Amino acid sequence: MAWGYSGIMTAPQPGPPLSAGAGHAGSDTSSAAVPALSIRGLAKRFGNKIAVDGISLDVPAGSFYGIVGPNGAGKTTTLSMATGLLRPDFGTALVHGVDVWARPLEAKKLMGILPDGVRLFDRLTGEQLITYAGLLRGMDKDVVASRVGELLAAMDLTQDAGTLVVDYSAGMTKKIALASALIHAPRLLVLDEPFEAVDPVSAANIRSILDSYVASGGTVIVSSHVMDLVQRMCDHVAVVAGGRLLAAGTVDEVRGGASLEDRFVQLVGGRSHTEGLEWLRTF
Amino acid sequence: MVAHLLRLKLALLRNGLRRSPWQLVGMAFAGLYALGLVGTLVVVLVLLRTADVELAHTAIVLGGAAAVLGWAIIPVVASATDMTLDPARFTTFAIPMRQMLAGLALAGLVGIPGLATLLVALATVVTWSRGFLPAVAALAGALLGVLTCVVAAKVVTTATASVAASRRFKDVSAVAFMVPLVLMGPIVAGVGRGISASAEFLPEFARTLSWTPLGAPWALAGDLAAGRPGPAALKLLVSLATLGVLAWCWKMLLQRALVTPPYSGGGKRKGGRLGLLGVLPATPTGAVMARSLTYWLRDPRYSGSLVVIPLLPVLLVFQGAQTGDYASLAMLAPLSAFILAWSISADVSYDNTAFALHVATGVRGVADRLGRALACCAFALPVVLVFAVGHSALTGDWSALPGQLGLSLGVLFTGLGLSSVVSARYTVAVPLPGDSPFKKPPGNVGQTLAVQFGGLLVLFILVLPQAALLVAGLVTGDPLFGWINLAGGTALGLALFVLGVRLGGKWLEARGPELLAQVGVNR
Repeated sequence: MAWGYSGIMTAPQPGPPLSAGAGHAGSDTSSAAVPALSIRGLAKRFGNKIAVDGISLDVPAGSFYGIVGPNGAGKTTTLSMATGLLRPDFGTALVHGVDVWARPLEAKKLMGILPDGVRLFDRLTGEQLITYAGLLRGMDKDVVASRVGELLAAMDLTQDAGTLVVDYSAGMTKKIALASALIHAPRLLVLDEPFEAVDPVSAANIRSILDSYVASGGTVIVSSHVMDLVQRMCDHVAVVAGGRLLAAGTVDEVRGGASLEDRFVQLVGGRSHTEGLEWLRTF
Repeated sequence: MVAHLLRLKLALLRNGLRRSPWQLVGMAFAGLYALGLVGTLVVVLVLLRTADVELAHTAIVLGGAAAVLGWAIIPVVASATDMTLDPARFTTFAIPMRQMLAGLALAGLVGIPGLATLLVALATVVTWSRGFLPAVAALAGALLGVLTCVVAAKVVTTATASVAASRRFKDVSAVAFMVPLVLMGPIVAGVGRGISASAEFLPEFARTLSWTPLGAPWALAGDLAAGRPGPAALKLLVSLATLGVLAWCWKMLLQRALVTPPYSGGGKRKGGRLGLLGVLPATPTGAVMARSLTYWLRDPRYSGSLVVIPLLPVLLVFQGAQTGDYASLAMLAPLSAFILAWSISADVSYDNTAFALHVATGVRGVADRLGRALACCAFALPVVLVFAVGHSALTGDWSALPGQLGLSLGVLFTGLGLSSVVSARYTVAVPLPGDSPFKKPPGNVGQTLAVQFGGLLVLFILVLPQAALLVAGLVTGDPLFGWINLAGGTALGLALFVLGVRLGGKWLEARGPELLAQVGVNR
């Protein structure tokens, strides 16, 4: 409570149409719609730096949820805390009603996670890595084998299945990590920067995989700072900056007629005037 | 520019220390050690001032040559390559080559080894302050010698860094390099014995060395003091030429390294081969075991320590041949059991942030611990059995086998249990994934030392009963003690193994995220 982050839950935010998603946590919707992810007052401090300053958010089941924010906004930290990779100082996270930090093993069964900026077991081949992820989750050998083949094909990695991941390009590495997150058919997918360094063709493939996954009832959370992508792909969006939630809701609600990018810049308020740097035009 | 590079090096050093107090502790230890060594050498050099000219000459030339050789070899061998100013990081800055070389060379002196070498070398000026000319020559020789040391080190590290460009080559060479490294003891001992056996040989050896690049700079003052200006002038030329050639080599190597960034090759390969993952049981434990075993074979950081094992008997036999007493061969089985069991005590640190997969999938802690321990056991157990039986076969003393076997198996299982606990709780500084095992690991040296020594102490206490039984068996000559050791030691070891895996598993589940955060600090 030391940082007074509880304020964000009660005080109305200035601009956004829907302040922190706490609003629909059981008021307008019935119990039938347990949110796929429900976080309350998550906060984390590293040394003197407050990385996440009390974020509360509900991600409805079956939604394609984008989390956008400038660099260092606390997106990765928030998602790490929500998925059980980083212990929060305060707050809770529920995945389909299961507390991630009280019953981690149960919650992790429901989630597929693509963390950003972590290594992989890259001395395995691509095929071995996905298999390893499946077996670690205690899945049946034959199921794993058939899914690995399909995932490799879907990610267009069949030709490189026997290559060590350490020899993969950045985009291929991202794709193989994504495949490892999908192998156990999770109900909730949390993808941190899934399209970074991925070529357009593969990105389109992945998008269509994710679209059909959402259409069949799955929930996807992606973080990104590519606004266009989020506007086209997601139905919900949350804007995070400085460790706080600035706006959350459906994409149309948040952008309110403007483009998401303009709205984002307006919310974050970071656009520096284009004067200055004259010397850059003089060579 | 040179000043910039020096300032950068100092800033990096300072910031490194600021990251954790343990780093400071490690640095302080190294500093104290160096201070002691430097102090002793300086005192010796000052005392040599009054000694016979030829004696001082011989000592300084030999010492100086050893220093140059050490600078050239140790950075590669002892995983002490200082990569804080990795030339590859300056590629985009368009720094003139000449200034970059000067800057990097001087920056190489910043740090404990550099300062220590410089101080000791400058102390030779005191030794030769028997006249104006010898003192000046000593100063010039000291500076030339130290510069040669630094540049030689740079040449060797740059050469090994850029030659070993491809990942595959890097992997293989790193492992192959372990062989001469492990056998260094016998090699040095052999050379050392040959030299000390003939004391009158030393001045002769020094005279020869003084004409080579290794000894030339250190011989200038001695020659002048002994009234040999001609040879002194020639040796000055030799040292200047050496420095010039070395600098040129370094420049060439660096130029090549800068425009040929490491290429990690390897063509496309289709799948279909799951390797060990397809062979071992398709359970989480089996998967972890298969993955660990694959890493033991594919990751040079692991396979490097694997190569050491077959060399151990070679080392011990050599030692036996020197003393004529092969008693130390009895150490072989317990020693390799210890080395292998303890090698997984840094497993999570070796995983680095790839460990996130284990946290994300929510694999049971016990499965993680057991898989890793079994992977190590898979080759450690046969190795220990073969070494123990082999020892008895060699000595013909089969009555010692039960005791040997009991102690070795006890050490192996106890060590595996303890390692399972240690790696679930503490992280240590290890080379990052993909780095050479010889690269200086990032992270705090202090905690690494504390964890290692603490762990060793605990292990020692845990196997004390078995060691006592072994000693009792040796003293009384009663074979019963050996059999008690075999039964009791193995049982105790297995009990501790189960306990360690359980406790480690519990801690891993409870503290997985914290552990991940710790390894994430060095990535």
